[in-house]
Amino acid sequence: MAMQAARTETMQRAAEVVDALKTQEGALLPILHGIQHEFGYVPEEVVPLIADALNISRADVHGVVTFYHDYRKHPAGRHVLKICRAEACQAMGGEAMIARAMEQLGIGFHETTPDNALTLEPTFCLGLCACAPAAMFDEQLIGRFDEESLVEIAAEIRR
Amino acid sequence: MSFRIFVPRDSFALALGADKVAKAISMEIVTRGYDAVVVRNGSRGMAWLEPMVEVETPAGRVAYGPIAAKDVPSLFDAGFLQGGEHPLCLGPTEQIPFLARQQRLTFARCGITDPRSLDDYEAHGGLAGLRNALAMTPLDIVKQVTESGLRGRGGAGFPTGIKWQTVHDAKASNKYIVCNADEGDSGTFADRMIMEGDPFVLIEGMIIAGIATGATKGYVYVRSEYPEAIKVLNEAILIARKAGLLGWNVLGSPNLFDMEVRVGAGAYVCGEETALLNSLEGKRGVVRAKPPLPAIQGLFGKPTVINNLISLASVPIILDKGGAFYRDFGMGRSRGTIPIQIAGNVRYGGLFEAAFGLTLGEIVNDIAGGTATGRPIKAVQIGGPLGAYFPQNLFDTPFDYEAFAEKGGLIGHAGIVVFDDSADMLAMARFAMEFCAIESCGKCTPCRIGSTRGVETLDKVRAGIEPERNLALVTDLCNTMKFGSLCALGGFTPYPVMSALTHFPEDFAPTPMREAAE
Repeated sequence: MAMQAARTETMQRAAEVVDALKTQEGALLPILHGIQHEFGYVPEEVVPLIADALNISRADVHGVVTFYHDYRKHPAGRHVLKICRAEACQAMGGEAMIARAMEQLGIGFHETTPDNALTLEPTFCLGLCACAPAAMFDEQLIGRFDEESLVEIAAEIRR
Repeated sequence: MSFRIFVPRDSFALALGADKVAKAISMEIVTRGYDAVVVRNGSRGMAWLEPMVEVETPAGRVAYGPIAAKDVPSLFDAGFLQGGEHPLCLGPTEQIPFLARQQRLTFARCGITDPRSLDDYEAHGGLAGLRNALAMTPLDIVKQVTESGLRGRGGAGFPTGIKWQTVHDAKASNKYIVCNADEGDSGTFADRMIMEGDPFVLIEGMIIAGIATGATKGYVYVRSEYPEAIKVLNEAILIARKAGLLGWNVLGSPNLFDMEVRVGAGAYVCGEETALLNSLEGKRGVVRAKPPLPAIQGLFGKPTVINNLISLASVPIILDKGGAFYRDFGMGRSRGTIPIQIAGNVRYGGLFEAAFGLTLGEIVNDIAGGTATGRPIKAVQIGGPLGAYFPQNLFDTPFDYEAFAEKGGLIGHAGIVVFDDSADMLAMARFAMEFCAIESCGKCTPCRIGSTRGVETLDKVRAGIEPERNLALVTDLCNTMKFGSLCALGGFTPYPVMSALTHFPEDFAPTPMREAAE
């Protein structure tokens, strides 16, 4: 019963997001962004709801969800750290910082720490190429990402 | 008189602690009882000086930087509100050599004005181009753009005026203006800086494009990696709508034009124009075959102008000063100015807008001041992840579409990434293939499969397995990708790979030899 209630609640919240966005042109990406903003990921069970609202097939929606790197199939940890892998950051030792971050956090890309504190993700360019290497911790942009930034992040996620 | 203090809200500045600086300044203002306001401007483009704080003095603006929050009390002690001396004082902003050497047309206001003030925009020459355009026939607007010689700043370099002419001539119930702000190339940030620092110039450019071609709706497709740019641009659109700049009667004229921001979802290939259109339509960002050209059948099958952000942001100055004014900058068939983005391992990184024609050596040695690490430059990648790596002996190449093509490179979106002598070019070639494999939309075989085979083959080279045979295979694979791919992702990935192989063959030598050499 409790599970069913939770499911109904999910569908209700999803329906609100979909209803608010479905009338615009090319509504699928805005809707998926809205769903991810609401839930932190795109729950599998809302796919039929979206397909219905836009009068497209579930396969179409699934195809779009899986095409784009941004849409998550599972919730992320409480925090997300994205580190840039692109060339300008590599030129400033970005790869070494990625290795340091993985070592300190004990996880690789697309993984979450066992305490669910942090998910580590690669990104390709944050547009901070003149103060590389770059990273983004939740909404906070970080230029000249270094050991010190890692220490601050480690303290922040254990808070 | 109330003092004005400028603390950038550009991503460069934010990533280096500008919010803390702004907060510290606001607190000092209150504690010391000054009559002063903090304006959150865009960036002047000198990333190594960020956060760069400016104050307005009777003699013009004076800059201080890079400023950390802890420096703020000493700035006040030094009387910086009057431009007082301080170890971090950079003097009058306009006289900083990096800035003084530029020819800023597209970025004329970036970093100077408050990006959220339409009044400020107008006070600094904004809307003059649109006002001229409103007094002209659509065809005359197109003519001015054609005469200016403006070419697509996304990299392809297609003449913007011709694209507009095609959409102007197309008959349809509705047409679209789409701005490609999916700036995914490493080493580029010009689009971001305009959206964060002078969003109204983009809005004005899109309105002019709409009036010229008969399009009434505009979309700006911004990548999700640019959260600040999305915020500022959305605010600016609301302000423009309220002021009657967007909507049913653009500036009181009979023209309808409105626009909105659409956010990408982390797919690099959506920077390719037809993939972008599919993405805007709510589909997978898969590349479309051309023809039909987007100018004939673009967004939702309607005639669509799809231009790079910098192309559109260069239109207002062209309509303000005339096509001939813009055309008089530059060299050869590359007319006007180009915002060169200097990035990677450089002392002075940032945005440098100049007429076409500077040589690569002038840019990386004189303007960028060499590497940040102080080591010799090994390679420079121009034009993003699909651009070629140039060695020092190509530093005399002038910044010009044709000159770069002649040397086996491309200028792309004008991003320059500098590497010092510690760079491993085999690793960079492998990265180019890996990136293509990750980002391929999967529609065409050379790109989808070629990139994965490219990674595997380069790994064999690294491991010393039949290196000569495998390098021949890589060359052959690159040839197939270059001529067999549907779009620039698969088609241009060979540029970084082959240029690395051609110019730095020693990095591809088999492992035993490499060890022996070391």
